[in-house]
Amino acid sequence: MTHHTQASEFLNARHRWRLWEIALWLLAVAAIFILPSQLLILTEIAILALFAVSLDLILGYAGIVSLGHTAFFGLGAYAAGILARDYVSEPVTGLVFAGLISGLFGLATSFLVLRGSDLTRLMTTFGVAMLLAELGNQATWLTGGADGLSGISMSPILGLFEFDLYGRNGYIYCLAVLIVLTFVARRIVNSPFGLSLMAIKRNPRRAAMLGISPKRRIVAIYSVSAAYAGMAGALLAQTTNFVSPDVLAFHRSADVLLVLVIGGAGYLYGGIFGAIIFTLLRDWLSVATPQYWMFWIGLILVAIVMIGRERLTGWPLLLAARLRGKPAEDAR
Amino acid sequence: MLTILFDGVAYGMLLFILACGLSITLGLMNFVNLAHGAFAMAGGYVTVILMNRYGISFYWCLPAAFLVTALVGAILEVTLYRRLYRASHLDQVLFSIGLVFMAIAAADYFMGGQQQLINLPAELRGRLDLFGIGIGRSRLFVILICAVLVVALQLALTRTRFGSQLRAAVDDGRVARGLGINVSTIFVLTFALGSGLAGLGGALGADMLGLDPNFPLKFLIYFMIVVTVGGTSSITGPFIAALLLGIADVAGKYYLPQAGAFIIYAVMILVLILRPNGLFSREGRR
Repeated sequence: MTHHTQASEFLNARHRWRLWEIALWLLAVAAIFILPSQLLILTEIAILALFAVSLDLILGYAGIVSLGHTAFFGLGAYAAGILARDYVSEPVTGLVFAGLISGLFGLATSFLVLRGSDLTRLMTTFGVAMLLAELGNQATWLTGGADGLSGISMSPILGLFEFDLYGRNGYIYCLAVLIVLTFVARRIVNSPFGLSLMAIKRNPRRAAMLGISPKRRIVAIYSVSAAYAGMAGALLAQTTNFVSPDVLAFHRSADVLLVLVIGGAGYLYGGIFGAIIFTLLRDWLSVATPQYWMFWIGLILVAIVMIGRERLTGWPLLLAARLRGKPAEDAR
Repeated sequence: MLTILFDGVAYGMLLFILACGLSITLGLMNFVNLAHGAFAMAGGYVTVILMNRYGISFYWCLPAAFLVTALVGAILEVTLYRRLYRASHLDQVLFSIGLVFMAIAAADYFMGGQQQLINLPAELRGRLDLFGIGIGRSRLFVILICAVLVVALQLALTRTRFGSQLRAAVDDGRVARGLGINVSTIFVLTFALGSGLAGLGGALGADMLGLDPNFPLKFLIYFMIVVTVGGTSSITGPFIAALLLGIADVAGKYYLPQAGAFIIYAVMILVLILRPNGLFSREGRR
């Protein structure tokens, strides 16, 4: 067997659909009929999941720790909100528009994460998010300032499906977007491009010596990730008809990191599992201790780090490997 | 104009005291401690409780704030932080964000979400008129204390045995250990010192900066700016950065209130692009 066929076989093996993936999506679709009263929280989960998937693209695959990923989420939310308020109220147009704007902003700021150490990246991403938050707060004429952006009314999706009171079409819309974008992301990370990203993550110098240019690839994946986050933000703006300045707040960047850490980074579905667990947990905590749920979230974070992320989040992989009757090492 | 400069210097000095502990943990020990502001908040709350509930003089509260937060810092170092020195930056970030969240919720639970007020002693209130410059007495006090601390810190790091042991431990822990330096004790003491200074800063700044449960997040960006812009190779770098930041922030808020904190963030990003290791870093060091 030549190396070439070996490589393409490896890629194909990664491509193959796992049973649990299909089951997960079937469940998500079935939820429309099984849990009609929980559609609002399911929508929330779908949006958070998309946001976490976008972070996974840079954190799990390219190894960029971002403290300000919500910059793109918030920018997308504002872009979609403003477009819907002043110009076009059709959701899919808004979604694409928000993705474009955030993607371009990601492209523009990607050069900031190329240089320096982890710490510099933390600071620049954090700084960019703070900068946008300040801008959103000050530019009252455009964003509504501290009061948030209101007065959005969405027209039917593609002119066909109207947003209903129970959030049914809203959930279907968000789920459809999540599914399509996850499929695309799956294609991206399982392509040679995705593999080269992982090589860069492991050892950038060695990757460069193998002829992989880290810079271009990081710029590309960072922009894609930003576009994803922007679209997640757009979904939030469109389903709630409101953009609060909170979309750019620091705690959102922290939350999405936590989501990804709960679910496990580096295999795309971590964001989705994490979003489910996180949202249910937060919902439960905010009922149990309305004012102080933040404490417990913090405690969970500390506990996760102390116990070790690998040990906690290896379980889906272990499970998947166990199901196929292979040792866990092969699954990675 | 000079009053603004003076206020800016006082603010900058305060920022330095608040952030210098972080510049040690982050710069020297290479630990991304986003929870640093929580220690400062703890110091502030210690002062508020001692003054408002027990009527203890402000001057005694300052050392108390220092000691209490230093102790808390030492305990946390031994129990939690120590295990994470070798962990990835992501782990450290997650861990310290978790601590911040816990601190915020705890402060809210015990003290309530409102702004805490303290009554400074009479001789620190009001203004002093010096050569036509209005000088706030409390700010003068802050500047004096901070100036003493800066000199003391600089001397402690460069001239004492402890300082050289610390620098050795940080540069190469294994060799330092081999030379008979007790690295972990040094790290505990240093961490305690850094947290204690943050607590002292929080106590001093309770009046100037305000104190509420969101303090750790509100000022996190300022601490990080001081450390990243100042570089981490010396005390002077962060000190100059803190002064510049203080003056720029006060002047910016006075002359261009609509720009808000915008300018500062923009300048920080610019500095990080041009000099990723900080404005005043020396090349060739970790």
